[in-house]
Amino acid sequence: MSKATLERGVAILKEQINGPVAAYFSSCVHCGICAEACLFYTETGDPAYTPINKLEPMRRLWEQEYTLFGRLKKAIGLSQPVTDSELGEWSERVYDTCSLCGRCSMVCPVGNDISYMIRRIREGLAAAGHAPEGLVAASTRSVEIGSPMGLRLPALQAQARHIKESTGLDIPFDQEGAEYLVLLSSMEVINFPEYLQAIARIFKQAGKRWTLSSEAFEATNSGIQIGVSDIARELATRVVVAAEKLKVKTVISPECGHAYTAIRWEGPNLMGRRFPFKVQHILEVLDELRAAGLFKTEGMEDTRLTFHDPCQLVRKGGVIDQPRNLLNMVASDFVEMDDHGTMNWCCGAGGGVSAIEEAAGIKMKAFDRKKAQLEGLNVDTLVTACANCRIQLEEGLEENEMEIPVVGLTELLADHLVEDDSHD
Amino acid sequence: MNSGELLFWVRGTGLSIAVVIFTFGMLVRLLEIFMLGRRRNLAELRSNGIGAGLRTLIMRSIPPDRNSMRRSMVTVVAGYGFHIGLLVVIFLLAPHIQLFESLFGFGWPAISTPLVDLFAVVALISLIVLLWHRLTHPVVRYLSTPEDYLVWAASFLPLLSGYLAYHHLWLPYEWLLVTHILSVEFMLILFPFTKLAHAFTLFIARWYTGVIAGERGVET
Amino acid sequence: MKNDKPLGQLLKEQGVSRRGFLKYCATLASLMALPPSMVPAIAEALENARRPSVIWLSFQECTGCTESLTRSHAPTLEGLLFDHISLDYHHTLQAASGQAAEAAREAAMAENKDKYLLVVDGSIPLDNPGYSTIAGISNLDMLEEVAEHAAAIIAVGTCAAYGGLPHASPNPTGAVSVTDIIKDKPIVNVPGCPPIPVVISGVLAHFLTFGRLPDLDHLGRPLAFYGNNIHDRCYRRPFYDRGLFAHSFDDEGAKKGWCLYNLGCKGPVTYNACATIKWNEGTSFPIEAGHGCLGCSEPDFWDLGGFYNALPESPVDISRLAAYGIVGGAAAGVASGLLNRQKKAQATATHETVNLSDLKREEKS
Repeated sequence: MSKATLERGVAILKEQINGPVAAYFSSCVHCGICAEACLFYTETGDPAYTPINKLEPMRRLWEQEYTLFGRLKKAIGLSQPVTDSELGEWSERVYDTCSLCGRCSMVCPVGNDISYMIRRIREGLAAAGHAPEGLVAASTRSVEIGSPMGLRLPALQAQARHIKESTGLDIPFDQEGAEYLVLLSSMEVINFPEYLQAIARIFKQAGKRWTLSSEAFEATNSGIQIGVSDIARELATRVVVAAEKLKVKTVISPECGHAYTAIRWEGPNLMGRRFPFKVQHILEVLDELRAAGLFKTEGMEDTRLTFHDPCQLVRKGGVIDQPRNLLNMVASDFVEMDDHGTMNWCCGAGGGVSAIEEAAGIKMKAFDRKKAQLEGLNVDTLVTACANCRIQLEEGLEENEMEIPVVGLTELLADHLVEDDSHD
Repeated sequence: MNSGELLFWVRGTGLSIAVVIFTFGMLVRLLEIFMLGRRRNLAELRSNGIGAGLRTLIMRSIPPDRNSMRRSMVTVVAGYGFHIGLLVVIFLLAPHIQLFESLFGFGWPAISTPLVDLFAVVALISLIVLLWHRLTHPVVRYLSTPEDYLVWAASFLPLLSGYLAYHHLWLPYEWLLVTHILSVEFMLILFPFTKLAHAFTLFIARWYTGVIAGERGVET
Repeated sequence: MKNDKPLGQLLKEQGVSRRGFLKYCATLASLMALPPSMVPAIAEALENARRPSVIWLSFQECTGCTESLTRSHAPTLEGLLFDHISLDYHHTLQAASGQAAEAAREAAMAENKDKYLLVVDGSIPLDNPGYSTIAGISNLDMLEEVAEHAAAIIAVGTCAAYGGLPHASPNPTGAVSVTDIIKDKPIVNVPGCPPIPVVISGVLAHFLTFGRLPDLDHLGRPLAFYGNNIHDRCYRRPFYDRGLFAHSFDDEGAKKGWCLYNLGCKGPVTYNACATIKWNEGTSFPIEAGHGCLGCSEPDFWDLGGFYNALPESPVDISRLAAYGIVGGAAAGVASGLLNRQKKAQATATHETVNLSDLKREEKS
């Protein structure tokens, strides 16, 4: 029996309001600058997609429930309650046209972290039953199968066998006491198997003990994207349990955006405790290995290339310099896009947007922003470090007939890896 | 009531009402925010965020990069014109400093009145530009509520009446002075109930955002 | 007492040369911003003026206005003017007293019916007519009686014009101004505590020349003399604009002649000619002497907030009220904040886990 009702949604939305949220709603002066930072507005011109507008139901709830004046207004019948149809109408604004990229939070002059609030309003919408079908399905698969794309262990084991065959390297499973627990996104396993192979080769070179877990190999967290902390917690717990069981020092988040957010930043808060292990993105680990001289590369890419910063990794994750340090190992003609680093433009598919079928059209429209960034840059290769970004970029480039191959950074490094046979 | 009596009233009873409502309302507003607080972040933080919080507090006054500024040029330029003009007029005009001195017990040097006058004009023109922008730009018009226009008028009136008073334009001086003080009192009363509160709460907002980003090692 | 010689002849007999007389007329013209072409008209009018009968009524006053207008260390033309206007009734200046004085007044009123000028100084008490009487007649009764057939009324001094000192809070006598009582006669207010002498003669000269009172502002004051405020004509204005103020009466600023705004000068809200015409034949005026303007030509200047409190200062203790607001707001804010926390805690406590099955609405069959 579904408990999804308006009242449920409102009750959960009430839990989401805290000091920052109250400060943000108090401070918004309707200047509209956030819209100019949001690719869903800039590429469609629809003011309904203005970031702060996406939060209107929550703003009214805050006013009515958490301010003296608002409560007085409500008591004398002068306030407009949040309605079910309104929440339904807002679903498109909160899910389909927001990738939680956080660019709006960077430009707001009064300092509002709008994307912080969007993450929270999703809790209410989802609990009221207004989350998009695609995300509900992905969450269901994640909880029941262990992967939002329905990937199961046998498929992963098959891939491990392929890698053994082609490189001779073992893909370790369930190795207790390994230094690193490596997580994978289903997208990588299915679409970009070069990633796992690259990791295996680089770690072998660096002499680092690592392992996968047969109980928890999935890094992505649909609960974060749909915005249901209860589900996010369930999924994160699987990883934490496995990590503790295997007594690893560090859990590595793969080339995925929100997976890093999920396990590194949200995980401990979801579970209410600190982790006994570190969490790092693969690029952070690789950069450490690079700095320690634990692996070497040879040769340079002779093409002109640029880097697309995955939002959750760079702007929201703080992994800003590492991709550049690593890319500079193998690129002689690396140019930055005009808005890069923490001010990079989103690919348009993050935050769950790529899982929403109805958003396919607008997602491609949003890609026009990336297209504009690339035009005039004259690059031959586009490097990135997120599998979801990769799919969107490839799709967008093809749709716009732009012939720029997209490459993952880890696999690019592995392509230039100096492999020492004595490590066998 | 003649102008002398009315002047006496606005500076006495009128100001009392406005100041009490302003202080009471703003305290309530601020405490309502602070007491909700923020749960402790249990993740492994890159920094405690305090440095980032302070940085954002100040640096958010400047657009993060040139491209962002270009996209919002009108708002940025007119916004600066209005805010800087307003702050200069309020805090650097001799009679205003006199008032503060009587309220706080200390004053500070004023700048010459004709120079303040220039800033007042800049502020007035900026406000008109911002109104035009609010009425014509699709995003801002979409977001705007009657409150936005009310607050605009409440911000425009004190500047206009002050300007007219100084230049002895239109009405007799004492009446302009009465209008000016009344319009300021009106604005003070609106503060806790409208977006005007941002003048204080924006520091909290910027702080939180700076800390949240700083904990993740991002400067904003 | 009565003398039917024209004014010009009288002045000549007093030794005022034609040249001196014309110079005076030119001064009057320029003071009232009348063109030089008007000088001959003024001269002719004054010269031939059959001294109008003037009845001067003094009510609740201190006689300062009379002192100012008639004081002369050296004979001034104002003084002469008043000596020779047929001042048919004036408590201080007339020789007669008692019944004879009142009889003179009544005779003048009868002889010059509808043509005499009524000058009033002092306010009129309404609370109890007995507060101020002349020969047993209350001020109110005498004013109404004399005003009835006056050609025009000049309310001299702030008391007659606006109530003045008696009108100051709490106004124990119920003092009011002339315009509060007389509604159907042309009235000129010549306020000031006291007014500047030449303003009177300017008003009179205008009346004699043009047969009507000069243009007045919204408070009934002749625009020619009360059209600008002190602040706009003050020689210390550049210091105000530059932000250079005296903060006490003997500090460096005071000695350097800086602006007296901080010491309570009411110049910005006071309309009078002190800063231009000045006093004692242009010798000086209060600000020049180092004291802020009291605002004595404005209504209720006694209640404008204290002579030594700067204009913007509130007459109320705002700091204390602000403190009350802060304390009250803090209490209410804490209460509201606690309510918020309670509401949120309750919402969290009653949180029911959102399961997969809760993500979709029930299909209504």
